[in-house]
Amino acid sequence: MNLYHFFVENHEQVVELSLEHLWLVGISTLIAVLIGIPLGILSARRPVWNRPVLGTANIIQTIPSLALFGFLLPVPWIGERADRLAILALTLYALLPVIRNTYTGIRSVDPAVIEAGRGMGLTGRQLLLQVELPLALSVILSGIRVAVVISVGLATIAAAIGAGGLGEFIFRGLAMVNNQLILAGAIPAAVLALTADFGLGWLEKRLRPR
Amino acid sequence: MERTLASAPVIEFRDVAYVLPNGKPLLSELNLKVQRGETLVLLGRSGSGKTTTLKLINRLLAPSGGEVLVNGASTVVTDVIRLRRSIGYVIQDVGLFPHFNVERNIGLVPRIEGWEAERIHNRVEELLQLVGLEAKIAERYPHQLSGGQRQRVGVARALAADPAILLMDEPFGALDALTRDELQREFLSLKQRLNKTVVFVTHDLREALRLASRIALMDAGRLITVLPPEEFVRSGDPLVAAYVRSFADGCDLVANRGAS
Repeated sequence: MNLYHFFVENHEQVVELSLEHLWLVGISTLIAVLIGIPLGILSARRPVWNRPVLGTANIIQTIPSLALFGFLLPVPWIGERADRLAILALTLYALLPVIRNTYTGIRSVDPAVIEAGRGMGLTGRQLLLQVELPLALSVILSGIRVAVVISVGLATIAAAIGAGGLGEFIFRGLAMVNNQLILAGAIPAAVLALTADFGLGWLEKRLRPR
Repeated sequence: MERTLASAPVIEFRDVAYVLPNGKPLLSELNLKVQRGETLVLLGRSGSGKTTTLKLINRLLAPSGGEVLVNGASTVVTDVIRLRRSIGYVIQDVGLFPHFNVERNIGLVPRIEGWEAERIHNRVEELLQLVGLEAKIAERYPHQLSGGQRQRVGVARALAADPAILLMDEPFGALDALTRDELQREFLSLKQRLNKTVVFVTHDLREALRLASRIALMDAGRLITVLPPEEFVRSGDPLVAAYVRSFADGCDLVANRGAS
């Protein structure tokens, strides 16, 4: 039985696991964006926060994923369900690129533009919403893109703790020493990552200020 | 007219000092009055405190000592946003918002101030004409403009909400000589029509002689002297004389000014 036949015969399961995978990545990225962008703004605005915020996000990034799942297991509510655990872990990994790019994006806005805006009498909020964030948007988006691509890969490991996703095929394939099964998980995951990378990259280019 | 000029300075520096957080003084014992309708040029070399002085007026900086009064009120007690919106600000790097077209750049403060769309549109058209730009430029983005056009838009933006005071920090410094000459000429005619109070920073003596009602020479954070252009070139003050000498070319202009 070749890979093609496997996909045809098991397409329902492939779709189901892909959707599960997408859900894990989507939710965790969304949470990471909701937390990461404000933290990035904070560290760009208040230099005192820059080191602790980015430093913490950096440290989280260095924890091996399986170990992180292990650490989070005893956490109440979170540890009760595998998908919660996986989402939290993926969120934590996605934070660094989002925070760092928000910070970089805002800091790289031309100082003359900021000075002109302040001199014209824009309030801090107006400056942020009308000038800094729009100008930083493409850089922030490129951070989100990195976060999504990392998450698609990492989410395969979530299957190790029973959170589902395309990792199921991979782990099953590993256990059964079945390369086709491994590819059945790896190929859709790669397609997901590439599609997200391409789509967000396209959006990023469209939003880049001239 | 003369009496109101003398009695009510629009901007006044009283014993103003400005010290950086690291303790380095940038400005000390500054006393200066700017009268309504005049063009006061702050002249001096880099690091003399001109820009610092300018930024104290719209409170981009707050004085470390003394006080800065704008229309009689100290800048540290007035609402800073209101203060800045009542003062036009033009800088050398222009700082146009790259993601807004010309119309939105110029109309930003009016829009924030809640003007109606049509009034903003008319105002933008009027301002473009005033600074010598065609109306069709309103749709363009900053990166599609030449340096001279960009600075014209910068001036139009500063004038959008019709401020009585205009602060200009080396606005023509980054332009080529011909464009600079053109913009200086337009500045003079604009000044005549609008009668704003202008504080203008430059290190270029020629520009100062051409545009100023009075020239304030600054050096190492101190105000050396304030003189009308004709007297400035004749001043016996050694620092002034040194500045004038270093601009040998300025002589022709001086002669012209003397003749007129």
